[in-house]
Amino acid sequence: MTTDVASPAATSPAGSPAAVIRTELLVHVYDGATRALDGVDLAIARGERVAIVGQNGSGKSTLVRHFNGLLRPTEGRVLVDETDVAGRRVAHLAATVGLAFQDPDRQIFAGKVRSEVAFGPRNLGRRGPELERAIDAALWVTGLDKDAETNPYDLGYSRRKLLALASILAMGTPIVVLDEPTTGQDARGVERIHRIVGDLAEAGRTVVAISHDMRFVAEAFERVIVMRDGRIVLDGPPAEVFAEAAWPTLASTFLEPPLAARIGARLGLGSTPTDETLLAALAR
Amino acid sequence: MLELTGISYRYAGYATEVLHDIDLRLVDGEIVGLVGPNEAGKSTLCLVASGLAPASVGGSLRGTLTLDGTPAAGLATHQLAERVVVGFQNPNTQRSGIAATVFEEIALGPMNLGLAVAETVERTREAIARLKLEHLVLRDPQRLSGGQAQLVGIASLLAMRPRHVILDEPTAQLDPAGTRLVGEALRSLAGTGTSLLIAEHKTDLLDGLCSRIVAIDGGRIVIDGPTAEVFDDPRLTALGVERPARARLAGALATHGIEPGVLAGALSEAAR
Repeated sequence: MTTDVASPAATSPAGSPAAVIRTELLVHVYDGATRALDGVDLAIARGERVAIVGQNGSGKSTLVRHFNGLLRPTEGRVLVDETDVAGRRVAHLAATVGLAFQDPDRQIFAGKVRSEVAFGPRNLGRRGPELERAIDAALWVTGLDKDAETNPYDLGYSRRKLLALASILAMGTPIVVLDEPTTGQDARGVERIHRIVGDLAEAGRTVVAISHDMRFVAEAFERVIVMRDGRIVLDGPPAEVFAEAAWPTLASTFLEPPLAARIGARLGLGSTPTDETLLAALAR
Repeated sequence: MLELTGISYRYAGYATEVLHDIDLRLVDGEIVGLVGPNEAGKSTLCLVASGLAPASVGGSLRGTLTLDGTPAAGLATHQLAERVVVGFQNPNTQRSGIAATVFEEIALGPMNLGLAVAETVERTREAIARLKLEHLVLRDPQRLSGGQAQLVGIASLLAMRPRHVILDEPTAQLDPAGTRLVGEALRSLAGTGTSLLIAEHKTDLLDGLCSRIVAIDGGRIVIDGPTAEVFDDPRLTALGVERPARARLAGALATHGIEPGVLAGALSEAAR
């Protein structure tokens, strides 16, 4: 059952099993005026693949920037590994939570792809063969292995996005947060990122991604959180969040279920959020 | 009409050309979608079609870009800007950096065209209304979210009421509602006779917007045809271009004997 969170109390995470990220009535107000987060209660378990969707300005980026201490709560608490982040420095959190920005150019600064990827893990104290292995693996999975000696600014936008992702992957943080990872990627690029998300979760790492790409969200994630005006309004697996019963809530924040979900509903096939689930339902 | 004839282009400092023998013509009021895998040359083609390459970014060009019968090579920057405008993938590249408010940022375009203040203000207001940016007009353009910055960038282009528009992934950072708004604004701009070339990965958007799709790969045009035909072309998938959901699912639905009305109904519902 999808949690339709009209009242914040409905999702009180108290008593739930160990979460790697937990927010309690998290409020963030920018410049004393803009209430970007308005009481977010959220618990994310280890190894979960969680997508956060919602309109521009609904609070998605503001929320995830609390996970690694880039932003501090105006009210409420953020816990990483059940420890309040209030007392922890950003440098400490960086070893636990890696965050790839939406705009790769806010992140990239080195003169070579390889040194860019090396920066994070080196900062975390990795040296020698361990460091080299982390860099090689990150370059390999992002398909940048042949670009190791290239200047990042000679790469096109889509590969700079992949480079920003590689830099975070190389840090080996147990929690990986991706802000709009598929922006500017072609079909192969999206597939690659889909695979990376799956591999991370399989290795027990937690993946949280912000995305506007509903197909990617429905196919690559097991849990979808819908935000509106700084609050969580839907939280559940894709089959529930994109099910017909949830469409009015989606529409209230101008989101649409994938076309496959609409067709499935018209044909009375139940919830079919992906092409694959629709085709499987048709074949039955 | 915007016309590229026999275009080949090489960036400054590089030995090889990244565009080869491009022939492309956009008639007035036409919206053409540009698709292709990453690094196929879409962004470079946008730079060349807007006259920025080589005029502003250097490099060496063979062939000609013609704007309403005038070769672009002979035009000064301000004359070029009166005929063709370009929107970049990353809105932060486009922002002037000198405007204190979003309103002023959007007004800069028409102002630079030398228009009277009243006309500038009128156009700015219209562009703001079209993309529903009223709530942002007094904000600092440097402090916008990625999606907001992209909408402001497109509003800046609309305010210039250009004859020709080249857009490089105009909706990359937009949510579905913003994407729809931009689609509507571009369609209505085309209705005034403006021609548009739009490079986009979101083929669902192009599917409802363009009369024609051009696919490039390795710097060459490999497919050029009516939208429905190109999106049904199996070569697209091989190129690494995602086909629109409509095209992906139509075949499978037909195989299962589902009448086309179901797909059409789901599509029109989604378009609302």
